[in-house]
Amino acid sequence: MAQTLAEPGPVAASGASDLGRQPRPYWNPYAVGFLLGLVLLATYAVKGRGLGATAAFSAVAAWLTGLISPELAASNAVHAKYWNDGAPLQSWTLFLLFGAFLGALASGLQGRRMKLTVERGPRVTDRQRLALAFAGGLVAAFGAKLARGCTSGQALTGGSMLSVGSLVFMLAVFTAAYGLAYPVRKEWL
Amino acid sequence: MLPLAASIEWSVVVDLAIALGLGAGFGFALERAGFGSARKLTAVFYLWDMAVVKVMFTAIVTAMAGLFLLSSLGVLSLGDLFLEPTNLAAQGLGGLVFGAGFVLGGYCPGTSIAAMATGRKDAMAFALGMLAGVWTFAQLTPGLDAWVEAGTQGELTLPTLTGIGMGWWVSAFVVFLVFAGWGMSVLERRFARLRPPAI
Repeated sequence: MAQTLAEPGPVAASGASDLGRQPRPYWNPYAVGFLLGLVLLATYAVKGRGLGATAAFSAVAAWLTGLISPELAASNAVHAKYWNDGAPLQSWTLFLLFGAFLGALASGLQGRRMKLTVERGPRVTDRQRLALAFAGGLVAAFGAKLARGCTSGQALTGGSMLSVGSLVFMLAVFTAAYGLAYPVRKEWL
Repeated sequence: MLPLAASIEWSVVVDLAIALGLGAGFGFALERAGFGSARKLTAVFYLWDMAVVKVMFTAIVTAMAGLFLLSSLGVLSLGDLFLEPTNLAAQGLGGLVFGAGFVLGGYCPGTSIAAMATGRKDAMAFALGMLAGVWTFAQLTPGLDAWVEAGTQGELTLPTLTGIGMGWWVSAFVVFLVFAGWGMSVLERRFARLRPPAI
């Protein structure tokens, strides 16, 4: 059976009538990986550091704190790193993510994958899934703050420099995620 | 000589414009890979679609090989690249916590932005959780941050740790990627039945 390569989009519509509007298939993962590697390499070559994402969230958190009280933001040891003399939104990583949003939007439009929806398995409700997504984000934030980086900053960026800590991070991520996959299977399968 | 930032001083506006451009490539690649979908991302943990590992591993090996080539040609100075300092305990513990958040939340920070851009409401919830999380971390546990900082062990890499040059590591990773690719295709066939029906 030769049906392995073409993967349907996440929300492939049924019915042949709107075949033309169905999501286009994703690219071959090795081809996208090569492209992502080139983006990472270009980031290193221009900026002297790799990709990241968590710092953007930290910058917005510092900015929000500053709206309540600039003194609070500047005096907190963690917010202070992102306070940037009162201009926390002028953050390199935040603009990287603005760009990522636009790049993903372009890709989603071209691939006909724009859809206002909730990604979940068939056995949870939208509301449950949204609550779990929020909780997951909260937990992931603590992990990323402890490890000083996430999948972008640690795994991709540190990994490509053969950083031992980044390799340990990756092993730990997959260990925990595979360990929890069975207990939370109802969310996805 | 690369990186450019080591020899050229550019303005904040140029700096942020560069970030925007590189970010566009980043987000485009993530969405092309299917990482705007939490179901596709978490499939890796149920082994019916290993795209996450394929994409990440290929990207890491590509960038690693590129860095090695450019530095061998004398075009790029590896010493000028920023590397997060090593703290094995914090990176191991942080990785465990992060992995739990990943399988529970369905995204990682970068992919949640790509998924938000294509209309995924759960990605918006994840990103808000992330924001609440980093804010809570800063407000309630600055001691944890100080602990991470105090325990850094310099910039530990495989070449510095083992004395084996980067070129050997790049070759080893390329060979490993080929074998892993074969292994993952076996896994995907074996666990194809776990793919849930479209909702």
